[in-house]
Amino acid sequence: MERLEDLREFFYGLLEARDRLRDAYSRREAPSELRVPLRGTVVVKRGFARMQKGGVCMDVTNVEQAQIAEEAGAVSVMVLDKLPYDVRKAGGVARMADVKVIEDVMDHVTIPVMAKCRIGHYMEAKVLESVGVDMIDESEVLTPADEKHHINKWLFRTPFVNGARSLGEALRRIYEGASMIRTKGEAGTGNVSEAVKHMKLIMGEIRTLRAMNDEELLDAAKNHDVPYELMKETARLGRLPVVNFAAGGIATPADAALMMLLGADGVFVGSGIFKSADPESRAKAIVLATTYWDDPEVVVEACRMTSEKSSMMGIDVKTLKPEEMLQLRGA
Amino acid sequence: MLVLGVLAMQGAVSEHVVSLKEALAKLKAAGEVRPVKKPADLEKVHGIVIPGGESTVIGRVAERTGLLSSLKERIREGLPVLGTCAGTVLLAREVLDARVGKVEQPLIGLMDMKVVRNYYGRQRESFEVDINIPALGERPFRGVFIRAPVIESVGPSVKVLATYDGFPVLARQGDMIASTFHPELTDDTRIHELFVELALKRD
Repeated sequence: MERLEDLREFFYGLLEARDRLRDAYSRREAPSELRVPLRGTVVVKRGFARMQKGGVCMDVTNVEQAQIAEEAGAVSVMVLDKLPYDVRKAGGVARMADVKVIEDVMDHVTIPVMAKCRIGHYMEAKVLESVGVDMIDESEVLTPADEKHHINKWLFRTPFVNGARSLGEALRRIYEGASMIRTKGEAGTGNVSEAVKHMKLIMGEIRTLRAMNDEELLDAAKNHDVPYELMKETARLGRLPVVNFAAGGIATPADAALMMLLGADGVFVGSGIFKSADPESRAKAIVLATTYWDDPEVVVEACRMTSEKSSMMGIDVKTLKPEEMLQLRGA
Repeated sequence: MLVLGVLAMQGAVSEHVVSLKEALAKLKAAGEVRPVKKPADLEKVHGIVIPGGESTVIGRVAERTGLLSSLKERIREGLPVLGTCAGTVLLAREVLDARVGKVEQPLIGLMDMKVVRNYYGRQRESFEVDINIPALGERPFRGVFIRAPVIESVGPSVKVLATYDGFPVLARQGDMIASTFHPELTDDTRIHELFVELALKRD
């Protein structure tokens, strides 16, 4: 009889543990009646990303660059210690930017400020949240702190953006609480080909999803290691349930317009601007081409604002060794 | 036929398109919703929405392509307009930033109100809450405030339709409506319906 009690206790313990785990990975939805303000809800976090749509987020390493970006019409800036191109050149371990630099940028621009933390580095993310950045990029451009797990992003009030190369990767990040997705591309190369590959793959996979019945969706969920509900929601919407930007290798106004044509909701430009010889006019041109991507005349005008002779030199992705491919970090 | 425009420089454009279509359906009004990107697109519209997004980006891009001055002209002539969040910033006569202070940014500046950007703080402090809008009935409206501004003060020609925490959050001056929150992020189309009714009078 006593053993039966023990057994019952044990099973209750298991159920509690399951519920705790489920809570840890559950969306924070606001109730239907809300008399006191609620922060960090799904609507508020994903809503922030929606306000970024159609815009260009620019990588910056100091206040001067951030001000150039804001003046050019950047929708937000991403603060890093080194631009991805320089991360590649420098080697070693790439970490979160200096808190002082991030705060300095926050004091000098009115647009949202994002910053990168290492994959799986809960504490860097907590620091960024406390400093008050508007969005955290759990980024493969920095050296991963955890080779196996990403951060449980539901535990944060600050929204996260994550990189993805495929639909499965994107949905796994959304399941972990990401409020925005971007293609990984191959950062710091000035070569847009990987971003194109990832965007086309994600869009193609979603198109395939739309034709599937429930049974096939269940299989797809299993194959991609993603909850069935999330797979089904994506199929119903015909798009990712969060905003999806292009990133990784965008260097010219035409690159930005191309990514918009492929269905991106907006673009991140990393090294492309401040590793070029004409950052001010290039930043303006990329903003213009992103808004007017569907108007070739304006894209031409944007191209006139820059010169190919000033573009960053770039690296052909084919010459990179597997260990130099940033996109392979954290799948 | 009624044509409604959504200023499509950047921001929550598709969300407003969906809300406007639903509002049209609820009012049983025939109409079309179009993105507005060029001065020529403005000629055919009976009303325009300036969406949420980044007010600096929307203003600067629209200024570069000559759209901002045309828009200002049309609104001055009486084109009904609904501005949400960034749209409200652009409509305001005077704009400050809570952390940075005075900001140089292109504005439409036709509503007699002073707006403080990022008043509640950064994204971490963004929130949702039910607010009362007596003009729209008893049912509360879910206000989604994202890095929201506040309307710090209004002139005598501006009618305050709702307040939250001591500041106006929904205001109207003639055929201009401004909200500091995002009705386009909810299923509630009552504010869009109010705007569509203004545009219908112009059709």
